[in-house]
Amino acid sequence: MVVQRLNRYMLSSAAAGLALALAFTAPAEAAGTGYVFVSNERSNNILVFDPARDFELISEIPTSSRPRDMKLNADHTLLYVACGQDDVIDVIDIATLSVVDYIPTGRSPEMFVLNADESLIYVSNEENSTAQIIDVETKVIVHEIPTGAEPEGVLLTDDEQTLYVTSEIADMVHVIDTVSGTVVDNVIVGTRPRRFEIAADGAELWVSDELSGSVTIIDRETNMVIDQLEFLPPGFRAVDVTPVGILLSEDGSTMYVTLGRANHIAYVNVATREIEGYTLVGARAWSLALSADGTQLYVTNGLSDDMSIIDLDTRTNIRSIQTGRVPHSIVVDYDPA
Amino acid sequence: MTPRNLTLALMLAVAPVPVPVLAQDAAPAEMAIGYLDLAEDPRYDLTLARFLVPARPWGRSIDGAQLGIVDAEQIGRVINVDFTLREASGDSVESLADTVGGWVEEGVHFVVADLPADMLVALADAVEGQPVTLFNVSAEQDSLRAEQCRFNVVHTIPSYRMMTDAVVQYLVSKRWTNILVLQGPLADDAAIADAVRESAGFFGANIVDVRPFVLGADPRMREQNNVALMTEGGNYDAVFVADSSGEFAHDVPYHTNLPRPVVGGAGLVGEAWHWAWWRQGAPQVNARFEAMADRYMHRFDWAAWAAVRAVTQSVLRSESTEYEPVRDYLLGERMNLDGSKGNPMSVRPWDHQLRQGMLLAAGNVVVELAPIEGFLHETNDLDTLGVDEPRSQCQF
Repeated sequence: MVVQRLNRYMLSSAAAGLALALAFTAPAEAAGTGYVFVSNERSNNILVFDPARDFELISEIPTSSRPRDMKLNADHTLLYVACGQDDVIDVIDIATLSVVDYIPTGRSPEMFVLNADESLIYVSNEENSTAQIIDVETKVIVHEIPTGAEPEGVLLTDDEQTLYVTSEIADMVHVIDTVSGTVVDNVIVGTRPRRFEIAADGAELWVSDELSGSVTIIDRETNMVIDQLEFLPPGFRAVDVTPVGILLSEDGSTMYVTLGRANHIAYVNVATREIEGYTLVGARAWSLALSADGTQLYVTNGLSDDMSIIDLDTRTNIRSIQTGRVPHSIVVDYDPA
Repeated sequence: MTPRNLTLALMLAVAPVPVPVLAQDAAPAEMAIGYLDLAEDPRYDLTLARFLVPARPWGRSIDGAQLGIVDAEQIGRVINVDFTLREASGDSVESLADTVGGWVEEGVHFVVADLPADMLVALADAVEGQPVTLFNVSAEQDSLRAEQCRFNVVHTIPSYRMMTDAVVQYLVSKRWTNILVLQGPLADDAAIADAVRESAGFFGANIVDVRPFVLGADPRMREQNNVALMTEGGNYDAVFVADSSGEFAHDVPYHTNLPRPVVGGAGLVGEAWHWAWWRQGAPQVNARFEAMADRYMHRFDWAAWAAVRAVTQSVLRSESTEYEPVRDYLLGERMNLDGSKGNPMSVRPWDHQLRQGMLLAAGNVVVELAPIEGFLHETNDLDTLGVDEPRSQCQF
């Protein structure tokens, strides 16, 4: 209670300070606060935790409705968050931990990415069945690309020439040319594909298939499916395994996959594609992020309203932190330098 | 995408055997799906629709089928197949059978048939031997999955028994195991009462009494039309209303003599679909439907949508638009259909019922998704809802 009141005070004074900051100063210096940001779909806020202070709750940032995917800009001065119910991407100032701007999107934005110079946002709008490329500064939609129903995961390649988008209903990955804004190929994958990661030095695209309990691996050069990995943690049935989140380790050797209703994460050896093991987390594990030093993995659990912390050395679940209602995504403000 | 990599993708993903690829450079193949209904269908009396009475439809299920076609368009573009819908209404089994016969000659092999139970069975018999499969999207009678089952019918709408199993699982999980049943005068009311008896016997609940009701306000019939009087005497944990028309059930909650939850026909209702379900992509399905039909999606709409989706999936995964490969995939164990309500769905081989989760909805909230936690099955927990293979009376 005390924490919340304090935060509210901090927020209002921060807002006043921000007006001054915007008026008279250059953008804030790269900070690298070390904070962990968790968006909460049902409590319409982002909780800010400080791992350096034993995960103390630093702030609750009120956002537009149904905040989901989040991304930091390159120097970590701004945090963008897609708010599905209000059809906007909120822009949060990291120095003041408050919303300072909005970027309108199509209906129900879910996942998005920024390009390297932060001039463009690539976002999936799950109710419009489109992907949009939006100019950040002018807020103009540069391209709107029709997708299969319920587009979700978006991934932009390093050369920014190609955007991958999943369609949950059409069971496919759209390969989109970002320059022309057109779909140039489609790859049929498992049932209800969700999210991506690029692996094997850029050669492979890994896609989580929620209702097939699998990850499909696509050869990026040919857009051909080259493998499909099926997960089955101990004590669960295949139908309970609903993979969603997928993240590559910093050294590129291990893929971490959240298994949704099976309440586990899986570790996959990228080179051999062997499933090395599982760790029990909370209920309906979806998103995941690495800690600033890369030694821990954070996992949000949408049905237990908490975040599991995994020690990657021992691959054990060492702690769970209470979040807001239905936590969606996690972003770690590591030092960008 | 080239045909070759599509083939590989499909083989790796699901296809058990190599099958001919759909030509990518040719003109798209048409995959037309039929939609049939009855011109004067008494079930589609919409006078209660504004109250969203769950037993009754809120509009013709064609809207659900059309949403299925819209959802199929993107898949169609990729696999070079044009998914289309043919619509017809009939007023007799003969006219419906003529329509289906004509469609079959034009290459239509899958027909969504929104018909009352007796007409559905008669139509299935009339077109038997032709290369066509009918989808039942609105006849919930268990007899259609038992002694009256037909090989050429697939049921995407759950049976009464699946509905009562879901409700009774929930009551048992709450230990509200003593159930008072109020039963209406119609044959379908008796069928629902039979289903709840079976469910109670199966899951260990207890039917304390079955009391008949009639609609009306005749004081001489007050023992059968006054809810407070009907629910007097004896104790019970819940009141189950076996009311296929929904009008009586609509007025049971809060009128019971004891302060007890009402379930079945009103109160906590076992549903194939609900507009307030918010997990598993359901808000998007509902939003797409509402934008198109300008009303909430009823379970008959969902069943029509699911039928078209089942055909779409079967074409995609079998890589064919020919009848037999598509039907074999549809009926086969590789089917992995996403209904936006939990575990993937597939067709039970013993009675051609689509196995699926059931929503337990009360007004504007979905309370639970059945199977309820703890109700386990040796192979697929979805088969705790409805008649399982060892007890099935269906013989194809």
